Amino acid sequence: MSHYQPVERKVVTVPFMVLGLIAMVGLYFLVQRFILGMGPVTNLNGGYAWGIWVVYDIVVGTALACGGYALAITVYVLNKGKYHPLIRAAVTASLLGYALGGVGAFIDMGRWFQFYNILLPWNMNFNSVMLEVGLCVMTYILVLFIEFMPTVFERFGMKDWAQRLNKVLFLFIALGILLPTMHQSSLGSMLIAMGYKVHPLWQSLHLQPLLALLTALTMGFAIVIFEASFSTVGFGRNSETKLLSGLGKGIIGLVSAYLIFRFGEILLRGKFGLIFAGDLGSLMFIIETAMFIFPLAVLLSPKMREDGRMLLYAGVSLLFAGALYRFNAYLITMDPGPGYSYFPSFPELMVTVGLVAIEIMAYLVIVKKFPVLPKHAHA
Amino acid sequence: MNRRDFLKAAAGGAAVACSGGAQARDNLEPAPEAVGMLFDSTLCVGCKACVSMCKEVNGMPPTLIEGKEAWDWATDLSPQTLNVIKLYKDGEGNVKDQVKDGFAFEKRSCMHCVDPGCVSVCPVTALRRHPVTGIVTFHVDACIGCRTCTTGCPYNVPHFDYDDPFGQIYKCEMCNQEGVSRIDNGQITGCAEACPTGATLFGSRVALLEEAKRRMALKPGDTYNYPMGDVRKPGSYHEKATPVYEKHIWGEKEAGGTNVMHISAVPFDKLGMPPLPERSYASISEGVQHTLYSFMALPAVALIGLSYVVRKNLDASEGETDVSDDEGKEEEKS
Repeated sequence: MSHYQPVERKVVTVPFMVLGLIAMVGLYFLVQRFILGMGPVTNLNGGYAWGIWVVYDIVVGTALACGGYALAITVYVLNKGKYHPLIRAAVTASLLGYALGGVGAFIDMGRWFQFYNILLPWNMNFNSVMLEVGLCVMTYILVLFIEFMPTVFERFGMKDWAQRLNKVLFLFIALGILLPTMHQSSLGSMLIAMGYKVHPLWQSLHLQPLLALLTALTMGFAIVIFEASFSTVGFGRNSETKLLSGLGKGIIGLVSAYLIFRFGEILLRGKFGLIFAGDLGSLMFIIETAMFIFPLAVLLSPKMREDGRMLLYAGVSLLFAGALYRFNAYLITMDPGPGYSYFPSFPELMVTVGLVAIEIMAYLVIVKKFPVLPKHAHA
Repeated sequence: MNRRDFLKAAAGGAAVACSGGAQARDNLEPAPEAVGMLFDSTLCVGCKACVSMCKEVNGMPPTLIEGKEAWDWATDLSPQTLNVIKLYKDGEGNVKDQVKDGFAFEKRSCMHCVDPGCVSVCPVTALRRHPVTGIVTFHVDACIGCRTCTTGCPYNVPHFDYDDPFGQIYKCEMCNQEGVSRIDNGQITGCAEACPTGATLFGSRVALLEEAKRRMALKPGDTYNYPMGDVRKPGSYHEKATPVYEKHIWGEKEAGGTNVMHISAVPFDKLGMPPLPERSYASISEGVQHTLYSFMALPAVALIGLSYVVRKNLDASEGETDVSDDEGKEEEKS
């Protein structure tokens, strides 16, 4: 018998319908984008080629979807089997998050009608970080889909298929660890070629891949904490605080390593003064760093770590920290030179919000129809 | 290989990755017969004949403003403007080529970098550096419209046409794109041909660099015979007193150098040029990427190691039933 079960609740609820409404608005503008082009729908321009569709949907969105990646490392590489109950929910959220990234990439692609060019070997430019990100994210979406299949097989009682997949599942789990390591670091490397346009406090050149990877992992663990806490409150399930606080210990190491490398780079390259320059860059840096340090303080205190509410605050802070790190580097403090500015237009924003609404709706449907969340001695 | 060894290997890989540059490459060298242009800001009178000619050659409409004279009002590069003359003005702005209370003209168009960022970052090789002429060209059939080229260009040159649902990238291809092929046909670029003062001069990168250095060495006030058209076989000359040049040839070294070079009597940061180091960002980016991937050897080794560890950890959990210690066999048990 399974250790997972569907949440026995109605699918169509008031929040679900509100999400549906938001999704409709987003889809309306999305249709406009394909008929009229990106110009009338977005505020993209010759200096800011990437707006929130790239920076939220892909760069931040896939990092938020690193729960499956972070837990896979914990369970399958570090052999901490006690975290296994959390893994299906994490894989489900990762699949949806990466699907959002894939959709985001497609709608942002100016020449989407020839997207297949990236798959043709004679077109591939192996110097391009973007190529690596594109191919890697596409493959990982497939891998996540396969990792999700045991849930589907269980739901429909397809035992033969489950057994067949189980024989090779280790290979997909391994790929599911390797691929995010590759493209999450590359999402940092992509900033190198932008050179001076990236604010010096975020332009760490050779360290870009490492910092991006470390923060993707912290965001992955944080989203596991967030989802589990949310399920506890939202679906009235047993608290998983004990399990989650254990993950917190892993986060301590990751955040500490991140801060050491981040500040080390800033100190060694003589950029420390920029933190106190009193401009937008220094303000954003201080906010961002505070959001990394707060969860560290919570998790370092054994008492606060065991407190489910503080743990949730720490997780949320960490999510915002990682997201802000990406937003700051790619958009908020990025300066392509005189004459250009960017703030997302309303339709542009609604497309992203609408897609996220669809993602949440899909998650709600899946956990209510498929055995994804861990089974509990009845709550 | 046990888990400890694997983690050691992984840590080793990460260390290589962080050391940043076991396979770092230097900046690219100029193409063997690189062609380019030299823009001398002190010669430019702001007539914008080059803008007009550029649009004619490339079949692009002038940027008009309703209620204003029928004049191209383009103020910056765009999908309809591959070349533009910009104005620097300070205070009263009545003395040419003077920083304070003066003004100066600056040409903006593709610089045709020696080590082009756009070419380095494009995932589908839609931007290419010509192996002989060094001209940076765009190939619409390959382009997926991701605009990474725009982000990777230090000069914000490649412009995507957002207003066209089937838009594309537009950039100067030195009048040598298919159907125009002015360089291949022995002609010079439209902007250099149209320039009445020789402010935009066409030629080989080598000859242009020599010309720029010659001008740097001139004594301010002395008359100099400025060549017009093609520096290797000037159509005519323009005699003028030498201005006080900034001792800086933009594009000689910036981010690996450019084939389109600029000289001026006003510092380039005033003219809106970006702060660029000599090392190209493309070379750093490619160095990091190739160090991490080493032709996929590192990922392949990592995958083998991960597969081994994951499999072992899955096997180790065989037969266990306790939820809290379950290690991934629930699929079989269901």
